[in-house]
Amino acid sequence: MKSTLLIFPGSNCDKELQTAITDIGSIVTRVWHKETDLPSDTDVVFIPGGFSYGDYLRPGAIAANSRILRSVKAFSDKGGYIVGICNGFQILLESGLLPGALMRNVNQKFICKNEFIKVSNTDSIFTKNFSSGEIINFPIAHNDGNYFCSDDDAKSLMDSNRIPFLYENNDNGSKASIAGVLSKNKRVLGLMPHPERASFQEQGGVDGKRFFNSMLENI
Amino acid sequence: MKIKLAVTLKKNILDPQGDAVKVALKQMNFKALSSVRQGKLIELDLDISDRKVAHDLVEKMARELLVNEVMETYEILMD
Repeated sequence: MKSTLLIFPGSNCDKELQTAITDIGSIVTRVWHKETDLPSDTDVVFIPGGFSYGDYLRPGAIAANSRILRSVKAFSDKGGYIVGICNGFQILLESGLLPGALMRNVNQKFICKNEFIKVSNTDSIFTKNFSSGEIINFPIAHNDGNYFCSDDDAKSLMDSNRIPFLYENNDNGSKASIAGVLSKNKRVLGLMPHPERASFQEQGGVDGKRFFNSMLENI
Repeated sequence: MKIKLAVTLKKNILDPQGDAVKVALKQMNFKALSSVRQGKLIELDLDISDRKVAHDLVEKMARELLVNEVMETYEILMD
């Protein structure tokens, strides 16, 4: 599995993500946002967490309009796999690759804790190695994780099984406790929790390693 | 030409920041206050003299970057 890791000014979860992906055997190429093209042998694009462009205007808004995102959209059109984690999820939403938007947490606080996440469907390479309904543990760390979408989009997501992760404790106020969302072809995933922070025993859990292995084994 | 763009959350969306501000104002004894909604103001200075051209350009900027139409709405304010 050849992984391409996008870096924006303000991305700060890239090294941890690179370590986690490399550890399960994927080869990672780092790509700075000013590049125009992705490496031609890219199997999956990862967009890491952090505060790209300082979260100025809206989190992910400026990164969504960067040059490299045009290549990412073309890659997705050809059936490419993309994972956006936290700020990466925000960027995917702002770019229109996923439906909905992320707003300020309803309790007005930056939430930083290990969260119980329910795997609500195993219909994609990202969740195939889990059991449907399984409760896993991923850290969350965000100020703007409150997922919102229109009622029509919510219905469409539910009807087509495109909600792979739900919060067990919905502290940020997300609509229908949605913690992650898949694209129509189930190859683009955006999630607020951080699997790369649950990839080694030293981090307190390895459900994240299972997530990356699920991708590697099923891609 | 200077144009202002007022951006706010759509009416049906909960605005916790606005609610927090309302609570603070009420605690400061501003009793005659029924609601507060908080948004942002973007001030643009364009090298354009035609009002319609300027308005349409700001509208395009709003749609493409400045406003997230999933959750926000906007008003273009011209003198």
